[in-house]
Amino acid sequence: MIEIENVRKSFGPLEVLKGIDLTVEKGEVVTIIGGSGSGKSTLLTCINGLEPIDSGRIVIDGTDVHAKGTDLNRLRRKVGIVFQQWNAFPHLTVLENVMLAPRKVLGLTKDKAEQIAVKQLTHVGLGEKLKVYPARMSGGQQQRMAIARALAMSPEYMLFDEVTSALDPMLVGEVLDTLKMLAEEGMTMICVTHEMAFARDVSDRVAFFHQGVMAEIGAPDQIFGAPQHAETQKFLASVR
Amino acid sequence: MFNYTFHWNQALKALPQMLDGALVTLEIALVSMAIGLACAIGLTLFRLSGNRLLGSFASAWVEIARNTPALFQIYMAHFGLGNFGLHLSPYAALLVGIAFNNAGYLAENFRGALKAIPDTQTRAGRSLGMTSLQAFRLVVLPQMLRVAFLPASNQMVWAILMTSLGVTVGMNADLAGVTQELNARSFRTFEFFALAAVIYYVIAKAVTLAARALAWRMFRY
Ligand SMILES: Nc1ncnc2c1ncn2[C@@H]1O[C@H](COP(=O)(O)OP(=O)(O)OP(=O)(O)O)[C@@H](O)[C@H]1O
Ligand SMILES: [Mg+2]
Repeated sequence: MIEIENVRKSFGPLEVLKGIDLTVEKGEVVTIIGGSGSGKSTLLTCINGLEPIDSGRIVIDGTDVHAKGTDLNRLRRKVGIVFQQWNAFPHLTVLENVMLAPRKVLGLTKDKAEQIAVKQLTHVGLGEKLKVYPARMSGGQQQRMAIARALAMSPEYMLFDEVTSALDPMLVGEVLDTLKMLAEEGMTMICVTHEMAFARDVSDRVAFFHQGVMAEIGAPDQIFGAPQHAETQKFLASVR
Repeated sequence: MFNYTFHWNQALKALPQMLDGALVTLEIALVSMAIGLACAIGLTLFRLSGNRLLGSFASAWVEIARNTPALFQIYMAHFGLGNFGLHLSPYAALLVGIAFNNAGYLAENFRGALKAIPDTQTRAGRSLGMTSLQAFRLVVLPQMLRVAFLPASNQMVWAILMTSLGVTVGMNADLAGVTQELNARSFRTFEFFALAAVIYYVIAKAVTLAARALAWRMFRY
């Protein structure tokens, strides 16, 4: 369970998160929608401790992420994240990309790491690309590789930050299908997305962010069908 | 007007001697590169340390190495340090001077390479649970090497050519030194220096080609 309690965060004078409260249960899929600069990405990077917070708490399975003495490297094994920018390690083949952290962070043997990597890459449909360098793959393939790379650490939670928004429209589908598959398998996920159809389709709950505040959260039917907040209505009208 | 007759025989007879000199040249270049590399890593760490004193020291080194003639740097190692009671042999002075120069250029090269690797790479590594050291060693460093490798091999060529400045501090064992002595004894200036130039050229070209081949093997992506 991820418990986010009254989290505040500023970059200099700019308050980006103004007291966020959100609890994500095991197995739940929560998508976050909202305008540019509303703090969606920042929240994700705070959840896995890549960014510090100013006040409030984020607790994952009882571990306070931002408490002194929390072993963030250990925590991050449990919370995978995939970013908007494709972050393939260009000097490694697809297989090596996925094997690297299981070997060096989890300390698995080469054989074991390879076995896991092949399994995850096959799972996201890249079983034929093991020996290829990332530069030779499409953006959609690179994103699926990034997903496999995160999954190879056997995370219990996955965070996705607009993983399709840097992709050609043609390639968006294959990545969203991968996310859908994970959701159906019961992965606990927080997805920031601009793909409203996807949000409607896979989410248990949809949260709408506006200027650092979670203005509204609810079931997809409610958020898309009968949004309560004026800003949500405006936002949805603008993306339709 | 033009009444100089070439005497290549004499020069060719001295070829073994000159090749011995070339070995010394190569040795100085290699050792000065090794020292330069070690110093450059230190300078890079100094510049990254955030400590102002260390940072200024490193910046001063880089600035001087890159913006003053290599000849002066070798002079300083020989005569300059001599004024402080530190008397280096011509060999050592040449080595120190070139190593100083190498370190400056390599440190700048490293800085550029470091900048060329986006922060998102480190972040991707960290988010997989790597420590910052692991992320640097496993993700950033291998990519940096690729960016830095060919410029560093150029510096190696420079180091080889700079060794010839050793004659100005009395170095007589390297290719330029040997050539200069042969010239002083025989006055067959053109022949000896032409031959020396060919040897320098061959070595420099060989280093460049070897570096390219190595880069091609190492950096397949
Ligand atoms: N490292 C940083 N330093 C300074 N300001 C930052 C930093 N990261 C984000 N910001 C600012 O914080 C605000 C929120 O950014 P964030 O990336 O969380 O928004 P977002 O909701 O993800 O937007 P988008 O939909 O454009 O991705 C923005 O105004 C952004 O400029
Ligand atoms: Mg964002």
